[in-house]
Amino acid sequence: MRNWRYLLRGLVTCTAVLVASCRQTGILDPQGPIAAQEWMLLINSTAIMLVVVIPVILATLGFAWWYRSSNPRASRSADESYEGRLEFVVWSIPALIVILLGGVIWIGSHQLDPRAPIPANAEPLRVDVVALDWKWLFIYPDQGVATVNQLVVPAGTPVHFRLTSATVMNSFFIPQLGSQIYTMGGMTTHLNLLADKPGEYAGFSANFSGDGFAEMRFIAKAVPAGDFEAWVTQARGTGSALDDAGYAALAKPSTAVPPTTYRSVEPKLFDRIIEQTVSGPEKAGVGAAWCPSGSQVGG
Amino acid sequence: MLGRLSWAAIPLDQPLPLYAMGVVGLVILAVLAIVTVKGWWPYLWREWITSVDHKRIGVMYIILGLVMLLRGYSDAIMMRSQQAIAVGNAHGYLPPDHYDQIFSAHGSIMIFFVAMPLVIGLMNFAVPLQLGVRDVAFPTLNSVSFWLTASGALLINMSLVIGSFARTGWMGYPPLSELAFSPDEGVDYYLWSLQISGVGTLLTGVNFVTTILKLRAPGMTYMRMPVFCWTALAANLLIVAAFPILTATFVMLLLDRYLGMHFFTNDAGGNQMMYVNLFWAWGHPEVYILILPAFGVFSEVVATFSGKGLFSYRSMVLATLGICVLSFMVWLHHFFTMGAGSDVNAFFGIMSSIIAVPTGVKVFNWLFTMFRGRIVFKTPMLFTIGFIITFVIGGLTGVLLAVPPVDFVLHNSVFLVAHFHNVIIGGVVFGALAGYNYWFPKAFGFTLDERWGKASFWCWLIGFYLAFMPLYVLGMMGMTRRLQHIPDPSWQPLLLVAELGAVVIFLGVLCQIAQLYVSIRTREQRLDLTGDPWNGRTLEWSTSSPPPAYNFAVLPRVETIDAFWEMKRRGLTLGLTPAEPPYETIEMPRNSPIGFVIAFFAVITGFSLIWQIWWLAILGLLAVAVTMLVFGWSENREREIPAAEIARVERARLGFGRPA
Repeated sequence: MRNWRYLLRGLVTCTAVLVASCRQTGILDPQGPIAAQEWMLLINSTAIMLVVVIPVILATLGFAWWYRSSNPRASRSADESYEGRLEFVVWSIPALIVILLGGVIWIGSHQLDPRAPIPANAEPLRVDVVALDWKWLFIYPDQGVATVNQLVVPAGTPVHFRLTSATVMNSFFIPQLGSQIYTMGGMTTHLNLLADKPGEYAGFSANFSGDGFAEMRFIAKAVPAGDFEAWVTQARGTGSALDDAGYAALAKPSTAVPPTTYRSVEPKLFDRIIEQTVSGPEKAGVGAAWCPSGSQVGG
Repeated sequence: MLGRLSWAAIPLDQPLPLYAMGVVGLVILAVLAIVTVKGWWPYLWREWITSVDHKRIGVMYIILGLVMLLRGYSDAIMMRSQQAIAVGNAHGYLPPDHYDQIFSAHGSIMIFFVAMPLVIGLMNFAVPLQLGVRDVAFPTLNSVSFWLTASGALLINMSLVIGSFARTGWMGYPPLSELAFSPDEGVDYYLWSLQISGVGTLLTGVNFVTTILKLRAPGMTYMRMPVFCWTALAANLLIVAAFPILTATFVMLLLDRYLGMHFFTNDAGGNQMMYVNLFWAWGHPEVYILILPAFGVFSEVVATFSGKGLFSYRSMVLATLGICVLSFMVWLHHFFTMGAGSDVNAFFGIMSSIIAVPTGVKVFNWLFTMFRGRIVFKTPMLFTIGFIITFVIGGLTGVLLAVPPVDFVLHNSVFLVAHFHNVIIGGVVFGALAGYNYWFPKAFGFTLDERWGKASFWCWLIGFYLAFMPLYVLGMMGMTRRLQHIPDPSWQPLLLVAELGAVVIFLGVLCQIAQLYVSIRTREQRLDLTGDPWNGRTLEWSTSSPPPAYNFAVLPRVETIDAFWEMKRRGLTLGLTPAEPPYETIEMPRNSPIGFVIAFFAVITGFSLIWQIWWLAILGLLAVAVTMLVFGWSENREREIPAAEIARVERARLGFGRPA
């Protein structure tokens, strides 16, 4: 008995250490309305299902224990393998749960559509996102600046992202702000997010994209609205200009690129990246950078 | 002359693959040496390699699956170790290009060369016996199927030694898998090994659909078939419908890679999402190809070890067919994050959660079968109970991922990884292991050791929970899958627990090896002379263990479900009836080397296509064609077993003509 007590105590200690090690990060710590609603949806759906899952687990253990062949007190029935009313119950319990969940899914999918604008007082900030090997390019079309591996947004203001990839498929994801979305060459996707409070949130690619994938991370910095204006002004005054040559250099495969800002950016760069990806590397001046023969990705 | 193949393809500069090569090479050499020294080649050739007996082929499939499980497991433990140590400033022992190959190989091998062979092996072994027939519809084709699967397995393992494997993940999404981003032979290894084994799988599907629809014992109507046969029918219908999609998709990717076409490229009008759609149009049914037969095994096991008929057979059949149809309507839930409209996402989310209804019905039916039963805790039953508990958790997380907005934050995270391992280990692997323990005495005539079997069960169960529950939490903490380097040190404690879990699972594997060894050593004490060690209900238990080549001397007459149970109840089993039935001559297919020969040339063809040795590829293909023609024109493919011979075998078993 004593051994058991030590074992139990050890297990409890280990579990406590583990629980303590789980920092509240990722989707456990939502910092915007989208992430918060998605987290609630996760909790609610789990709760709905636990109503059935917990009794099933308990019944499995209970039946297995009580009807063990060595239990003289259990009543048995030799071959009664069918009962109409029970069969009805057996179909209706999961059906009811799924009808309930179906409603949750329908409403949730429409409310949390990544394309849907987030209702707010402020005008949304527009940011164009380009996935490169293996870093993120953020273009602010209205401000005329660009950054790499650093996304600066005003807190409390909705952000409308247009996203594409100048390379393979990636997925743009800032867990604490909510929904991720694929970035695909030659295509544009849309995503709306909002950060409630100023803070720094981890962002990364959530779709494997080759050897540098693990380091394809960026920082999403939400700053007070006034600070954002100051940041834009500062960005316009420092760094280099992102022209065709600069983009061609940037688009070459590289990992762990430190956060950079560009004081200006070639207008229409985002649209040209999409078009030129579509038209093929041979013809492209801009898009060609990702596929120079000889130093191919992972080659 | 040798295409792209050169000495540079052999990784002499990398110690880790070289070491692995050395060990694998030594093991293979040792096995070959033992077989040669002991003079077992003629026996192996005659009784196994050229065998067209569904039971032998089934056993070979399962051996293939278990051997490949060891390979897939080595990949898994390497990944877990890398993630457990490559945290923060540490970068572990696997560079990205090697790590990426490992997780790609792990997925491809576990799905195509572990789960599939285990499931197909069980179906091969048990379905004809349960149907009360002598073999599958096309026995020689069955041998071809097996050897093509083995060819694929051989090719994929060749990439260990010669060249490298894909670094794209097991789904091989373009454009990463296109020439522009993966110019080397890795993706070609992936594509050709799966193409070749895919042909084998498709032929299996055709074979089993035909067998189940056209060959059943007299009186066995559809509604008297054992549930395992129903699940096998559903799984093989899915194979026939889904595998051609995979083959066609891979052909398009091959055309892109070999002939510079643009099906899935970024440019020139290619569309990568077309690949993703097509891949999952195969991929989701594939999930049910694996799990439905496992459901079938659990249905047989739970009825047998509860001493009670399966609760609501009709619901079980309906649920199986419902899952079979629904599985084709949910593929988009693998990429809700593609940016489709909310109506599309909502539709596929709801369809996916609807699958929980028939699955839930099955769980309830297993529960009610146990209710008021007389439960005997043999190893297969333990796996079944472990499965029910584990699987409802996996089902819960699966339905969560089917809620599109929840998927938006969990997609591609290790939460997803935990979910599908939860259903594949808790469902398919537990099912395969339950089936292995359940039918082993039928296949070899002696039972497996219970103590080692139970030890392996507990290791698998505890190891599974330790390895994958932490991943659920990590997924919610924002850890995405396929990371070669862990940026956040706070994830490390949980990753260490996951590593420990993987080690405990390995203990389970070791217990199984010990179980097999001990059981063979003590087989004299554990002989199954009755042919019915578990007090079974279905026809496979009515013949001897192991069954004779012809399975049944006289085809059984079936009047109810659980036909053998009914026979025992009425005292009609062969051993108990006083009169000896009249034996007739039985015609059985002759052994044929065609499967092995075709597979041999298929490996050569596949290998030369991978390395672009065109002349050899053409020769190999020609050789395959010629082999088939030669077989097509050959006569004398059946042999007759005379009635006297059958009478001799049966009398020896049943004791007719001996004093009572």
